[in-house]
Amino acid sequence: MKQLNDILEGIGSTLLLLARAARYVGTLPRQFGRFVEQCYVIGYTTMPIVAVLSFFIGSVLALESGYAAENLGPKQFIGLLVGLSMARELGPMMTAVLLAGRVGSAITAELASMKVYQEVDALETMNIPPARILVLPRLAAILVMMPVLGIVADLVGWFGGAIIAKYTHFISIEPEAYFATMRQFMDFGDVGNGLFKGEIFGFVVVLVCCNIGLSTRGGPREIGASVTKAVVTSLILILVLDFIVSKALMK
Amino acid sequence: MPATTHATRNPFSHAETPAVGVKLEDLCKSFGSFEVLKHITLSVEPGEIFVLMGPSGSGKSVLLKHIVGLELPTSGRVTVDGLDAADETTREKIRMALVFQAGALFNSLSVYDNLALYLREHQLADEAGIREKVMRALQILSLENAAQKFPSELSGGMKKRVAIARALVMEPQLMLYDEPTSELDPVMSATIAEIIATLKDEYHVTTIVVSHDRDLALNIGDRIGILMGGELKFLGTPDELRQSQDPEVVDFLNPKIDLKNPRFKRLETPS
Ligand SMILES: Nc1ncnc2c1ncn2[C@@H]1O[C@H](COP(=O)(O)OP(=O)(O)O)[C@@H](O)[C@H]1O
Ligand SMILES: [Mg+2]
Repeated sequence: MKQLNDILEGIGSTLLLLARAARYVGTLPRQFGRFVEQCYVIGYTTMPIVAVLSFFIGSVLALESGYAAENLGPKQFIGLLVGLSMARELGPMMTAVLLAGRVGSAITAELASMKVYQEVDALETMNIPPARILVLPRLAAILVMMPVLGIVADLVGWFGGAIIAKYTHFISIEPEAYFATMRQFMDFGDVGNGLFKGEIFGFVVVLVCCNIGLSTRGGPREIGASVTKAVVTSLILILVLDFIVSKALMK
Repeated sequence: MPATTHATRNPFSHAETPAVGVKLEDLCKSFGSFEVLKHITLSVEPGEIFVLMGPSGSGKSVLLKHIVGLELPTSGRVTVDGLDAADETTREKIRMALVFQAGALFNSLSVYDNLALYLREHQLADEAGIREKVMRALQILSLENAAQKFPSELSGGMKKRVAIARALVMEPQLMLYDEPTSELDPVMSATIAEIIATLKDEYHVTTIVVSHDRDLALNIGDRIGILMGGELKFLGTPDELRQSQDPEVVDFLNPKIDLKNPRFKRLETPS
């Protein structure tokens, strides 16, 4: 009962924070500096690890499907398989998971510490709403950066698959054949579908991590507890949303 | 000083804004079952310096937070200039500054940017004007050399002074200080007391100071309240305080170190 109550309260306060941040959208041009800073933080902390991880995911996809294709049929379809899985599912999802671990945790830690050390209270007495200067620039930044991260994940994953497909002895198909099936059977809709999913995951992760940080109560010990809660909540939400959004997009 | 009307002339500009009064009406605050403030009724007049004293843990900081709307009353009401302090729009209408006990400086910003943030966010001046106001406030608190430092590089006393400077640049109508002179050396404490009194004399800012500093209270307070166990044990002028016979008040103001009968061994008297 108490847990259900906590969940409902969490949803309520998250939506309230979103509504508050939305009220100040008009101040974004004035906050351009903060927005750019947040874009940089998100890109800088997440881009390298997204690239590395996507490369290996693409490679493993090519490897496993190549192994299965030995008995199944034409190997050039490996390109399509890697292409679709990366674009529609693994790219956005793994990017969001990494985002939760690298950026989400950092956001919660920073805002929770500002809350615990009364910096948030100070902002409020100065009539500077925390939703305006702490939350809004981060939400705007993730909306811009998430597609960038998603495209990087897709491209690197595809090339990782292509390299493995060429140099693995039991697959060895040329990149031309690999990309030909992708070009033939995939369209921008598949990529757009994935980027849209990523956009939703990223936005939700950042919003939830902001809210959990700002809801922190008590002393410094609670900062750690909030970070754990933020990461776990983000991961659960990514998986649940992944199912819901994928289902909705297939209609 | 020609200022005789009930108006605040801001220390950094020439805008005239009326000073505001603060009223606490039967204010009660509990955290769970723990009653921190019990039926406090108190009125601070526009332009007055009110000093709130009391042992630590007696609820002074909690009381201040009610005035800026950071805590909401369990029952009773707090009004600032007739507006409910619990209402978020009150702080949009009245400029209130609270100097937090621990400073509450923005750790990611330099001292200069800590002071400039309010002016920038509310677009109260261009960068040149901001620079002038910020440097002036830093100068008053002898902090010119700390402008580019970050809060983590400051001593406790310096943080406190930066917090005061940050409140000054807000040109508040109501200024609240939470233990502004703890952690400061005696000379800086006297300086702070002088600043508080000057702001009141010249600009008619309503001021509430929470402090254990007896010298400060008796020298600059128009009225003094003593909070003990969540209740106002004393309320009156400095002269009335000096003449008070209440044993608890006398002991609080002039505690005698008694090695034969140490306090921590005395029987708790039920209060
Ligand atoms: N947010 C809170 N939750 C629970 N108890 C609190 C909270 N804030 C303050 N208290 C308690 O209220 C009492 C008064 O605190 P405070 O106003 O900070 O005392 P002081 O007079 O030293 O400033 C203390 O016993 C403190 O533990
Ligand atoms: Mg206190």
